[in-house]
Amino acid sequence: MAAPGLQVNQLFSERDDRVLFSDLCFQLNAGQLVQIAGPNGSGKTSLLRILAGLSSRYEGEVLWQGKSLQRHRHDYLSQLLYIGHGAGIKAVLSPLENLRWSCALRGMSHCDTSIMAALDKVGLRGFEEQACHSLSAGQQRRVNLARLFCIPASLWVLDEPFTAIDQRGVAEIEQWLADFVHDGGAVLLTTHHSLNFSHEFTILNLGDYANA
Amino acid sequence: MPSAGLLSLILAVLQRDVIASLRRGSEWSNPLVFYVMVCALFPLGIGPQPERLAELAPGILWVVALLASLLATDSLFRGDFDDGTLEQMLLTHQSLYPQVLAKTLAHWMMTGLPLSVLSPILGVLLQLPPAGMLPLMASLVLGTMVLSFIGAIGAALTVGLRKGGLLLSLIVLPLYIPVLIFGSSVVKTAIDGGPYMPQLAMLAVFFLVALALSPLAICGALRISVDQ
Repeated sequence: MAAPGLQVNQLFSERDDRVLFSDLCFQLNAGQLVQIAGPNGSGKTSLLRILAGLSSRYEGEVLWQGKSLQRHRHDYLSQLLYIGHGAGIKAVLSPLENLRWSCALRGMSHCDTSIMAALDKVGLRGFEEQACHSLSAGQQRRVNLARLFCIPASLWVLDEPFTAIDQRGVAEIEQWLADFVHDGGAVLLTTHHSLNFSHEFTILNLGDYANA
Repeated sequence: MPSAGLLSLILAVLQRDVIASLRRGSEWSNPLVFYVMVCALFPLGIGPQPERLAELAPGILWVVALLASLLATDSLFRGDFDDGTLEQMLLTHQSLYPQVLAKTLAHWMMTGLPLSVLSPILGVLLQLPPAGMLPLMASLVLGTMVLSFIGAIGAALTVGLRKGGLLLSLIVLPLYIPVLIFGSSVVKTAIDGGPYMPQLAMLAVFFLVALALSPLAICGALRISVDQ
């Protein structure tokens, strides 16, 4: 059997002397989706930042394909696509310029065709050259989400991907997630929205781990 | 082809930062306006006697250029930190070193370079003798580049703080001082007709050391600042 994708063992984290979660254990394999739930301030974003390797404020073990995250950072990051709750785009640049930069950071050059296809997929055809600050909040979010389709990855870590997205868009994103999971990708996301997902998925309620 | 990949990464980051800075405007225009205004005020403050102005000119031009550069430093990583694009920089499997190098160079192209190019005009305003013009520009080109790299370390350390402005000045000003001493000394020596190449070479040494080592410090500082 292949090593599990992402494995979290006895994770503990606190913020300002308040325990966010302790003894948190879960696994995320290829073809699975885990939704992290919990009330505001329960540490969802903190958990995602830890798992993305941005934050070191934790105790416990995080393994990627059976290997420690810190020591195999390079392998892990080449597989990971993290979309934080920030804008993730420069407002003065156009969607095309933003995504060109994102692709270049991943070592991809001359990827205008795939960027155009990605922007088309998120419904931003015709807005490629417009400065992002003149787009609506939902459209800006879509520019950020377009990275999902022009950067290859096997693990998506998404922090509140549905923020500012309209109802039809939410259904669309759920379909993208389903397609990705179907193709063997792994997804970890936080949302307050109740997912309408065709596959089986796990809900991890952080509130359950707060006072353990 | 790792080298070609590295070069295209550096070019992409340079292009993005220069375009963003040009569109925003205030980033490159504020230090420049500050530089011009303060230098233009000095003759009014200390009187129009050419001899006295000429004596003070190297120091004034260099100190004001240093302050203008400091003024621009805080914004280096602030925007990227606020809009979450800094996280993207940290979360790629590519090295952070070339990205940081490109960002700092882009910042210098928008602040230090215009200051250096404009400096001869302000030199005329401050009665700087013609012999000092070329050394002034050369020393500013090298010196502001060093200032950008030093400032970037401070900016990276303080970007996670809500009010890091004062702390930033306290961190970088002591490190700016050697650059100021050698920079203004280049211009003074040139006016007196002495050999100014040694001081200029010293500035070049500062630049090469900063170019090679400061990105390491900046990368480390950025990781610490984002880790919260």
